[in-house]
Amino acid sequence: MKTREYKITQVLVNAICIIATFCAIIPFVLLIVGSFTDDKWASTHGFTFFPGEWSLDAYRYIAMKWETIGHAYLMTIVVTLIGTVAALFIAVLFAYGISKQHIPGMKIVSFLLVFTMLFNGGLVATYYCYTNILGIKDTIWALILPNMMMNAFNVILIRNYFVNSIPASLEEAARIDGAGEFKILGMIVLPLSKPILATIGLMTALAYWNDWQNGLYYLTARGGASYYTIQIVLNNINDDIKALAAAATSSSGSLSANVSMPSTTIRMAIAVVGVLPILVMYPFFQRYFVKGITLGGVKE
Amino acid sequence: MKGKETRTAGRTKVRISRIWPYYLMVLPGLLYLLINNYMPMFGIVIAFKDMNYSKGIFGSDWCGFKNFRFLFGTKDAWSITRNTIGYNIAFFVVGTVLAILLAICMNEVRSKVASKVYQTLILLPYLISWVVVSYLAYAFLSGENGFLNKSLFPLLGLNPVGWYQEKEYWPVILVIVQAWKSVGYSMIIYFSSIVGISQDYFEAARIDGATKWKQIRHITLPLLKPTVITMFILSVGQVFRSDFGLFYQVTRNSGALYEYTRTIDVYVYQALMKNADYSMSGAASVYQSVCGFILIVAANAIVKKYSESSALF
Repeated sequence: MKTREYKITQVLVNAICIIATFCAIIPFVLLIVGSFTDDKWASTHGFTFFPGEWSLDAYRYIAMKWETIGHAYLMTIVVTLIGTVAALFIAVLFAYGISKQHIPGMKIVSFLLVFTMLFNGGLVATYYCYTNILGIKDTIWALILPNMMMNAFNVILIRNYFVNSIPASLEEAARIDGAGEFKILGMIVLPLSKPILATIGLMTALAYWNDWQNGLYYLTARGGASYYTIQIVLNNINDDIKALAAAATSSSGSLSANVSMPSTTIRMAIAVVGVLPILVMYPFFQRYFVKGITLGGVKE
Repeated sequence: MKGKETRTAGRTKVRISRIWPYYLMVLPGLLYLLINNYMPMFGIVIAFKDMNYSKGIFGSDWCGFKNFRFLFGTKDAWSITRNTIGYNIAFFVVGTVLAILLAICMNEVRSKVASKVYQTLILLPYLISWVVVSYLAYAFLSGENGFLNKSLFPLLGLNPVGWYQEKEYWPVILVIVQAWKSVGYSMIIYFSSIVGISQDYFEAARIDGATKWKQIRHITLPLLKPTVITMFILSVGQVFRSDFGLFYQVTRNSGALYEYTRTIDVYVYQALMKNADYSMSGAASVYQSVCGFILIVAANAIVKKYSESSALF
């Protein structure tokens, strides 16, 4: 049955896929190899895939400055946890509410949600409201509230799941047994919605983990440095590699300040540290990501 | 008569006690929308004010369309619009072609394990923040340490290029970086619609002796058309928006590149955060929101005409 055409097709499609896969991961290889390259060697020969001299100096430096990096890590985890839990809480309740279109007023509520996908006040007005009216500048709320806590698209995906995949008869039966709406949501609907909740939760967590824009807009070096997440530290180092040395000096005294920084490779090492959790956890969550994309792409 | 009245009253009471939980449920979300979305919508008045920070948003004087006249008096207004729209078109064309090519190949790969590995790794860049992408690009492009200038170009006998100073390379670089980051995402969308095509079509074509290539050309591609059109219309609605991360991080916000890399979002950020210029940034921001809104509504009207079910709203 294996014809010549079959073999040619297999070779061709596999070749194309392998080339694409290679292109996708090769920059990560350069980054990781770069972070293990000797700093002096890298500064003369540049970053390559086969460095002449390997070294752990960049990671040693990070270990030494762990006060800064570790704290940023902690902030990333805290912000991601609070943000994801809050976002899921809001989204689930809201989605369940608007899934009941027969309740008076719910059509208007749905419209208020959809309209935010079509029109927005823009960065300037949003910035003004958050800084001058709500005063979140240089607080932890700066990293949690703006733009990220409610994604209209995700709410609609959850709503669709409630409408299409939860049998109305189950809810009705519980209602006849005298269960309240919150009980129905918590005891019947949510346990049946684990797949969509895992998918949306994961996408939200990834968005919080990767966010650097809120930090760029709403945290200042003077007042907000203690809230820096790993992405914000990466962003600051991108602007100025000395930012790390300065930040570390002020927090850990003069002892470590004297050790010279491997200034070429340290960027790469910190980027590796920032991206490592995603690389490690991704294979386990891959199917949820794929599900999230197909849910969003193939519309209701 | 009396009995009926009490029954109705009872039912109404039951109904109210039945529906108030729903209102309570949507309350947190509504509050958030109010703070995050609706308050800023009223903040749009900033664009029509001669903003004086000490007087605040409501105390400042109205100035009509003066801010917009200033904005469109600069040559920046044209270049940021051209960049925003131009890149979006290029991203769509290149991204769609690559994604469909990969999706078709992925569908032909017979080994389940290989297919899984390809998909997983090609999607990887999609999960990385733009800050990290900027580090990855820097490892290749850096003037002093970059892989291109230090390793590849000497090997090929080419002269080093000051990537972050010479703007003419950036339309190509940005299209490559965007494709690299997003192709996994769109590939999965097209892949899932190819998988959804009924096997009967291919079976019938095989019986008629159609080659693989003919099957792709006459079955797969035509049946992907609705997905392509939906994706196209969605991206028409987004054509005034740009990914701030791509244009700000990957270019390392290098001023020398602005002419070819600055989009409306970068301009607004720059004017607001670096120059604290509320009038210019406000005007540009409102210009973007209003044009985007008009396009989304227009695009949706077109989808509705084309196919009711794939309309956004």
